[in-house]
Amino acid sequence: MTRYIRHAAAFCALLLLALLVNATRIQLVQARSYDENPANRRHTIARYGQPRGDILVGGKPVTGSKDSGEQFRYERTYKNGPLYAPVTGFASQVYGTNLLEDTEDDLLAGTDPLLSPLPLWNDLTRARNPGGDVVTTLDPAAQQAAYAGLGARRGAVAALEPSTGRILALVSTPSYDPEELSGTDSAVARAWMRLNEAADKPMLNRAVRQTYPPGSTFKVVTAAAALDSGVVEDVDEPTKSPDPYRLPGSSVRLVNEVEGCADASLRYAFAWSCNTVFAKLGVAVGAAAMRAKAAEFGFNDRQLRIPFGVSPSTFDTRVDEAQLALSSIGQYNTRATPLQMAMVAGAVANNGSVRTPHLVERTTTDDGDTVSATGQHTLRQAMNPATAVRLRELMTDVVERGTGTHAAIPGATVGGKSGTAQHGIHNSGTPYAWFIAWAKADDSMEPAVAVAVVVEDAEDERGDISGGGDAAPIARAVMEAVLAP
Amino acid sequence: MLSPGTTVQADPPAPVVRLPRRRGIEFSLIVVAVLLSVYGYCAVGIARTGSVPPGAAGYGAGLGVLALLAHLAVRLRAPYADPLLLPIAVLLNGLGLVLIYRLDLETPADRAAPTQLVWSTLGVGLFIAVVVLLRDHRVLQRYTYVSVVTALVLLVLPVFFPSVNGARIWLRIAGFSIQPGEFAKVLLAVFFAGYLAANRNALAYTGRRVWLLQLPTGRVLGPIVAIWLLSVGVLVLERDLGTSLLFFGLFVVLLYVATGRTGWIAVGLLLAACGAFAVGWLEPHVHSRVEDWLHPFASIEAGRGPNQLAQSLFAFADGGLLGTGLGLGHSILIGFAVKSDFILATAGEELGLAGLSAIFLLYGLLVERGYRAGLALRDPFGRLLAVGLASIVALQVFVIAGGVTGLIPLTGMAMPFLAQGGSSVVTNWIIVALLLRLSDSARGGPEAAKAKAEAKAETKAKAKAKAKAKAKAKAKAQAGGNAEGKAGGETEEERVAP
Repeated sequence: MTRYIRHAAAFCALLLLALLVNATRIQLVQARSYDENPANRRHTIARYGQPRGDILVGGKPVTGSKDSGEQFRYERTYKNGPLYAPVTGFASQVYGTNLLEDTEDDLLAGTDPLLSPLPLWNDLTRARNPGGDVVTTLDPAAQQAAYAGLGARRGAVAALEPSTGRILALVSTPSYDPEELSGTDSAVARAWMRLNEAADKPMLNRAVRQTYPPGSTFKVVTAAAALDSGVVEDVDEPTKSPDPYRLPGSSVRLVNEVEGCADASLRYAFAWSCNTVFAKLGVAVGAAAMRAKAAEFGFNDRQLRIPFGVSPSTFDTRVDEAQLALSSIGQYNTRATPLQMAMVAGAVANNGSVRTPHLVERTTTDDGDTVSATGQHTLRQAMNPATAVRLRELMTDVVERGTGTHAAIPGATVGGKSGTAQHGIHNSGTPYAWFIAWAKADDSMEPAVAVAVVVEDAEDERGDISGGGDAAPIARAVMEAVLAP
Repeated sequence: MLSPGTTVQADPPAPVVRLPRRRGIEFSLIVVAVLLSVYGYCAVGIARTGSVPPGAAGYGAGLGVLALLAHLAVRLRAPYADPLLLPIAVLLNGLGLVLIYRLDLETPADRAAPTQLVWSTLGVGLFIAVVVLLRDHRVLQRYTYVSVVTALVLLVLPVFFPSVNGARIWLRIAGFSIQPGEFAKVLLAVFFAGYLAANRNALAYTGRRVWLLQLPTGRVLGPIVAIWLLSVGVLVLERDLGTSLLFFGLFVVLLYVATGRTGWIAVGLLLAACGAFAVGWLEPHVHSRVEDWLHPFASIEAGRGPNQLAQSLFAFADGGLLGTGLGLGHSILIGFAVKSDFILATAGEELGLAGLSAIFLLYGLLVERGYRAGLALRDPFGRLLAVGLASIVALQVFVIAGGVTGLIPLTGMAMPFLAQGGSSVVTNWIIVALLLRLSDSARGGPEAAKAKAEAKAETKAKAKAKAKAKAKAKAKAQAGGNAEGKAGGETEEERVAP
C-alpha cells in the first residue's frame, strides 16, 4: 500500500506542478498579449486613474480634470472649451482623443517614458508619473479676437508668427465644447451623436482639416512664381493681358469683376485682383514651375504635423493650359487650408522663407521641468528675398488702396490679399470670403503676425469686395491683438 | 495484518523515548501566520486610504484568538500531531479573509468578509470539537455506511431547492445558504476509506473474465458502479461538474491506493470520460464551460465583451511576477463570483506569480503532510482516510485553480480556506482536524515510539539519515498485508506483529 500512496502523492505533485507551470505561462509568458487585449480595461482604468496633464495657453491651463468617483475616475474639463477646441481636441473616456489631446496623449496621461526619473524605473515599480503639461504657442488675445470676429458665421482663422512658425491662433466656427464628451454616461453618447450629425459640423477643425478653394488669395503664389521665374520683371510694367481672357484651348472666357484689368500692371492687377492677368501669368509661367512654386509654399505636402496632421493643400499636378489658368487664380482643383494660406502670407512677411508651423512650444513635467522643446526649422525658401520685398509692397498696396482697406491698422504696416472663391455645382454655393494678411508694427524690425481668414457664408454681394468686407476686419482684429503690447 | 511469508518475532524491550512533539514550532508558525494576515490587512488599508485600517487590531486579535484556541486544543489533545497543518490552515484562512475584505471595498453594498469571519469561527469551533471529541480516528470506521447514507441525503437535498446561477447546490434556510455537497465530501472520504479498507482483498481478486478484461466480482463491483452513477447523477441533476469530478477523482485515487490495480481504474476513468463527454454535449451549462475553456476570447471577438474567464486571465496577466500590490488590482472586473470561485484571480493579480506560487505551495505542503501521516499510519482505514482527505484538498485546488487559470474547463468550486463560502470553510477546518488527529496517531502512536527507539539504537552503527530511512522502511513493512504480498523497492526487514 505504501507504494501506491507514494504514487498517489506523486500524482498530486504532478497536479501542483501543472498549476505552477500554467500560472507562469499566464502571468509571465503570455501576460503581454493579455495586457494588450483591447477588451482588457486595465489600461484605461489606470489611464484615467490620475488627473490628466494640462494644455497651457498664455501660461494658464485651458484644461482641467475633475474626479468623478467612477471607474474611469478623472474626467477632462475645459475652460473656454469651444474657443480652444480646434487646438485641444477632446479627451473622452468613450471616444478616445484627437488633436493635441491625441498627439500629446502619452505625456498628458503620464505614460511617456521621458517623464520617468530613470529609464525602466516605472516598469519595475508599476508607478505612473503624474501627467505632464503641454505649453502651446497660442496667443490668447489673438485666439479670442478671431473667435469673436467670426461670431456666428461658419469659418476659420489661422495666425502664425512668420519668423518662427509659432501658431498664434487657430479657430474654427461653429465650435463645440469638448467637455461634453468627457465621462461615460449616456449624455456623452447623446452629445457625440448630436455633434456628429449636426449639419454645420461643429467638430470639423476648419483651420487645418478643411480645404477651401483659395480664390484670389492664391494670386500671391502666382505673383511669386511670375516674379521668381522672370515672367514679370517690373511690377509696374503692363502685362499685355486681354480682358476678357479666353482660356487657352477652350471657348470659356474669363472675366473680371473690376474695371481696368486689360493690359494692367502686376501692381494694379494685384491690388484689384484681376483674374485675367493672373490666369495668363500662370499659363506663361507654366505648369511645372507653378506646381514647384506651390509646393515650395507647402502645397501638396502630406507630411506636415503641427503636431497633429494637417489636411494637405492641393495644386493639381496634371493640368492642361485652361485648367492651369484657373488653378493659378485659386480655382479648379486648387484647394488650401486656412493654415496653408497663413503660411503663404507668412512667407511674404518673412523674406520668402516658410517656417514650419507648430503649436507646441515645449512640454514639461507636472512641476515645470522641460521634457522637450520644439525646435524651429526652416521649411523651405519659397521665393527669392527680392521677390518677397516686391510682394510685400504689392500686399501693402492692397490694404492701403485696394480691396483690403478694412484691414488697415494705425501704427503698423499691414499687407494683405482678399479673395472670393466660388464653389458648388456651377458655382452656385455662397462664395467663400478670404483674407490673408501680415502686419509689422512700425517700431519693430520684423512682421509679428501672418493671418488667414475664411468665412464660409459671406453675406455680401459677390466679388472680392466680400473678402475685403467680411474677412478683412477679422484679420485686422487678430493682428491688432497680436501687435498690442 | 500479516501477509504470508513474514516472520514474527517478539518485541524487543522498548527503551523509553521522548517522541518529538513540536508544539513550540507550531505556536511560532501560527504567530507568523497571524502576523502575515494582519500585515496583508494593513497593506490593503494603506494602499486604499493611506492609513492603517481601524479594524486591523480587531482583525488580528480575532484571528489570533481563534488560532490560539485551535492550538491549545491540539496541544492538549493531539500533542504529537504535525506542526505544519494548523499554521497553514490559519494562514490560508487569514489570507482569504484579507482578500475578501479587499474585494468588499469595491462592493460596499455587499460585504462578505464579516460573514466569512463568522463561518471561520464556526469552522475553528468544529475543528476544536473534532480534535477534542474524536480521540481515535478508528472510531470513524464504524460509521462507514452511516456516512454514505448521510452523504447521499445531503447531495440529493438541493434538488428540491431552486437553482442558483445554473447549479442546484444550495440550501437556503433562514437567510443562510448552505452547500451540503461540501460536507458530503468528508463523509464520502470516510465511507470510501472504510469500505475499501474492509474490502481491499476482495477487490484485488479478479472475478469473471470478459474478453480481455479481468473484472472484479459483482459484489464489489456494484458499489463502484453505484459511485460512478452517483457522480454522473450529481452532474446531471445539480449541474455541478466540479463536485462530480472531485468524487470520481477521490474514488479512483483511493481505489488505486487500496488495491494497486490499475487495469480497471483505467476502465473507470474511461467510463467517467464517456459520461462527462455525453453530459458535456447534452447539457448546455456544462457544454458552454468547455467552449469557454477552448475559446476564452470568443465572446470578445463576437463583440459581447470579455467573459468571466477572459477577465480572470486578464487579472492573472496583470499581476505579472510581483503583483500590483494588495488593494491595487482590478480583479473586480471579473464581476460575479469574484469573491468565491475567482478569489484566486485577485491573489494572482495583487500578489503576482510569486504570491500565487506561495499559495499553491502552501496547499502542496498541506497535502504532502496529509500523505505523510498516511504513510506513517499502520491501520489501512487510517491510511486511506489520510490519503483521501489530502486528495480532497489536492483535487479541489487543482479543479478550481486550473479552471480559473484556463488549464481545464471552469467548474464552480471553492478554493479551500481562501474563497468566500461558509460551508467550504467549515468543511476544510474539519478536514484539517481529521488530518491532525491522524498525524497525531501516526507520529505519537506506540509504533512510532518503537520505530524511534530502534532508530536510536541504530544510530550507533549508521548515519542518522540512513537510520531514519530504515525506520521508515520498517514502518512501511509494518503496514504489510497488501495484496501484492510485499511492497516493491523496500528492503525486506523482519516485521513486527501489530
